[in-house]
Amino acid sequence: MSMQIATSLDEVLAALAAGARPIAGGTDLVVGHRQGKAPLPESLVAIDRVPELAEIADGDPLRIGATVTHARLMTDQVVVDRLTAIADAAALVGSPSTRNVGTLGGNVMNGSPAMDTGAPLVVLGAEAELASADGIRTVGLDDLWTGPGRTSATAGELCTALVIPARPASSGSAYVRLEYRRAMEIAVVGAAASVTLDGDAVASVRVALTAVAPTIIEIDGLEGLTGRAIDDDLLAAVAEAASEQASPISDLRASDRYRRHTIGVMARRAVDAAARRAAGESISVPVNRALGIGAAA
Amino acid sequence: MSELVNLEVNGTTYPVQIALDRNLSGVLRDEVGLTGTKEGCDDCECGACMVLLDGQPINSCSYLAAQAQGRSITTVEGLAEGDELHPLQRNILATGGVQCGFCTPGMLMSAQALLDRNPDPTDEEIRIGLSGNLCRCTGYARILAAVQATAVELNSTSSS
Ligand SMILES: Cc1cc2nc3c(=O)[nH]c(=O)nc-3n(C[C@H](O)[C@H](O)[C@H](O)COP(=O)(O)OP(=O)(O)OC[C@H]3O[C@@H](n4cnc5c(N)ncnc54)[C@H](O)[C@@H]3O)c2cc1C
Ligand code: FES
Ligand code: FES
Repeated sequence: MSMQIATSLDEVLAALAAGARPIAGGTDLVVGHRQGKAPLPESLVAIDRVPELAEIADGDPLRIGATVTHARLMTDQVVVDRLTAIADAAALVGSPSTRNVGTLGGNVMNGSPAMDTGAPLVVLGAEAELASADGIRTVGLDDLWTGPGRTSATAGELCTALVIPARPASSGSAYVRLEYRRAMEIAVVGAAASVTLDGDAVASVRVALTAVAPTIIEIDGLEGLTGRAIDDDLLAAVAEAASEQASPISDLRASDRYRRHTIGVMARRAVDAAARRAAGESISVPVNRALGIGAAA
Repeated sequence: MSELVNLEVNGTTYPVQIALDRNLSGVLRDEVGLTGTKEGCDDCECGACMVLLDGQPINSCSYLAAQAQGRSITTVEGLAEGDELHPLQRNILATGGVQCGFCTPGMLMSAQALLDRNPDPTDEEIRIGLSGNLCRCTGYARILAAVQATAVELNSTSSS
């Protein structure tokens, strides 16, 4: 086995071209190996010391470097103020040590349908920037995630950043997940919403779902809610659409029926919290704690 | 195949000849010879293996030793000054926060990282700070008390 510790993007891309796999925090890669899910790759390049991958740049678009950790996402002022659903999600990942080394790029590229930052990125319109020795391209997340643990990126491609259009005025976002405990948990189901208001009416609303399909999915058909007030009828319509469009599995942690029901509840709560944030209400990160989801401390 | 890796642990550089797929906790225990760091689950669930990497907690059972090159590692052995216990160590003994002691090194490292970044944590913040560490003996209340007592002690010495 070999391990190269890279300090520049060029070094990383050259290593990938020569067949190495990137390792950022290793919280999926090394843990998967220890759990016997997959052997370690023969050749690794550590990307956690490449300055240009660790930047958060404000502007239009906003740009979050792939190796920004969950610990930074949950406290960075730009993310908390404007990309709040991402901060909500990052704050739920694992424990302080997981968040300290686990990265946004690792979460996205690992491709799990239960990844917590995925649904927030989708509702905020994020695209992934992929670089290789041959150049740079940007892909939508629906084209990136092709199945559980699978992406359309080639082995030579590194995710360098997640790129997000600047948020309009009067908009807010939120991510909630159903969890049985408050740490070291993965989502039973989760939902992210972004809402833009025009006065009291919805100018736009997007909702995406975690852990109810082979990949993160966005709910279709919410355009019809434009112009309506955020009220119980609207939230019920969101919940119904989420439950209908989910295709959850049954496993040890929850039955498909339970997931189908609770995804509606999560979707409704996410839209409600996003709309309240859009209206200027301050709801602390993560929304899960503010709403009291998860076992009592 | 093994390679020479330099690890900086508690301020001392240790050259170790290791296979590159080895985890940091195993190398600390078996090659560096510091056995304070424990291995409980060995796959990132219990926190017994917590050490600090550049001052921040990591689960060393699930971190490759080779990736820790060029960083500074702090283990529980790095807390005491000679024979003088660190206040966290003194307080966890005084409050009865140690029973079998298996979780204790990991708890201490998470608590140390927490107090370094937040010297005056609320109870909720302490619970979150220790949320990656399992204890099967104490019921946690006395561990929480030890961290609270240490925060009070450190804040009163720094303000006097
Ligand atoms: C105890 C524990 C709790 C967890 N809890 C959660 C949770 O609550 N929610 C959640 O979503 N996840 C959770 N995870 C999973 C994991 O922590 C996250 O997915 C994390 O964001 C992964 O980032 P990483 O940097 O550690 O990835 P790594 O393990 O370093 O990499 C993961 C994969 O992505 C590839 N990769 C990494 N970076 C890039 C890049 N820039 N470009 C291309 N490929 C790349 C690697 O080659 C590897 O295949 C948990 C993990 C553990 C161990
Ligand atoms: S031994 Fe590392 S988390 Fe349990
Ligand atoms: S004292 Fe025994 S596990 Fe904590």
